[in-house]
Amino acid sequence: MMQIIGTWIAAGLTLAIFSFLYKDNPFYKFAEHLYVGVSAAYAILYVFYFDVKPLLYEKFLTEQGAEKWILFFPAAFGLIMLARWIPKISWLSRWSIALTVGIAAGLGITGQIQGILLPQIRGTLVPLTSVNNVIMVIGVIATLVYFYFSIAHKGAVKHGARLGMVFIMVAFGASFGYTVMARISLLIGRLHFLVYEWLHLVK
Amino acid sequence: MKKEIPLAITFITGLIIIVTFFIPHQPLGTMQQRLLLWYSIVLGFTMLLGMDSLLRSNIRKIAKRSPGWPFALVLIIGFLGTLIVGIYTWATSESLLSLGSSFMYVYTYFIIPLQATMFSLLAFFIASAAYRAFRARTMEATLLLITAAIVMLGRVPIGAEIWDKFPLIQDWIMEVPQMAAKRGIVIGVALGTIAMSLRVILGLERTYLT
Repeated sequence: MMQIIGTWIAAGLTLAIFSFLYKDNPFYKFAEHLYVGVSAAYAILYVFYFDVKPLLYEKFLTEQGAEKWILFFPAAFGLIMLARWIPKISWLSRWSIALTVGIAAGLGITGQIQGILLPQIRGTLVPLTSVNNVIMVIGVIATLVYFYFSIAHKGAVKHGARLGMVFIMVAFGASFGYTVMARISLLIGRLHFLVYEWLHLVK
Repeated sequence: MKKEIPLAITFITGLIIIVTFFIPHQPLGTMQQRLLLWYSIVLGFTMLLGMDSLLRSNIRKIAKRSPGWPFALVLIIGFLGTLIVGIYTWATSESLLSLGSSFMYVYTYFIIPLQATMFSLLAFFIASAAYRAFRARTMEATLLLITAAIVMLGRVPIGAEIWDKFPLIQDWIMEVPQMAAKRGIVIGVALGTIAMSLRVILGLERTYLT
């Protein structure tokens, strides 16, 4: 019974969202606001259940000695973040922001170099023994030239940037086509749900 | 003090992450992992600030009877309803996402259809945007149009039925010219991130403190 009610709710919400294709209307607005509210609560519960609980609460119960008490620091930084609610001490929340920004910045250097920059450069430094490899190397250099704004795009640089633009347009076209197919796949999924699971029009 | 301490915290934590990357030995070895755990915990608490902000702005809307206030009420009811169901599931089930739990019911019959339909809606708007973008008036727009058409045709069975080379050309576009441009963009983004991260650690970039 609950499954049938759930299917009707899901179908109603699906149709409410699709009603936007006609024009903005109260049914769409209802579904849109419900989506924001439900998703926000889901995200909060998810983070507390899968991050804060195992990493802080459960660790505190299981760890011994210094490992146990060192958890005081992240808990304190987390609580300090909530100082924004009290105007007089709201400046304290900057400490927690600074901690997260510092960690993100540190990872921004090491992670980007190790995880992105070096592998991408390594993938580009290929022997020019095939047409594909030549296109790859020229494409990467031309794209970088297009985004290099420290010098005026004149002469050879202008031609390089122009070639870069060609590669970028091909990449954007490919990404666009890829995205369209992904969205259409979702659309097919929703229509499949309406026709097969809700209306049972096709067995 | 209000600025110096946060700057020092940013500098020290950023430096620890970098140093532990190059010296992965004790006592520094575990510091990076420890800081990443702290990062997750502190981010968890920031969700509470987000919750407060969302509820506050919508409650204000209801109190002032601003245009569309009944929808703000829908948002709050949806939020609190899901929160209550989630807490109940947390307390009574083995896991928050246990199959058959009340929270899973909300996820299956509310979140999944809303999310999937919202994103599928973009298929229609992408089509109308494509019509405007693809009116091939320039060489760049023509390239965009041709590439997108080939990629779309190459990824569906009907494309192969029309011409069996479409999937092969699609694969080549994705693996060579598309990859080349993407690589150039990604390298640029990585260099920008590194430069910005360095500015943040050294205290030259302070906008996050305002």
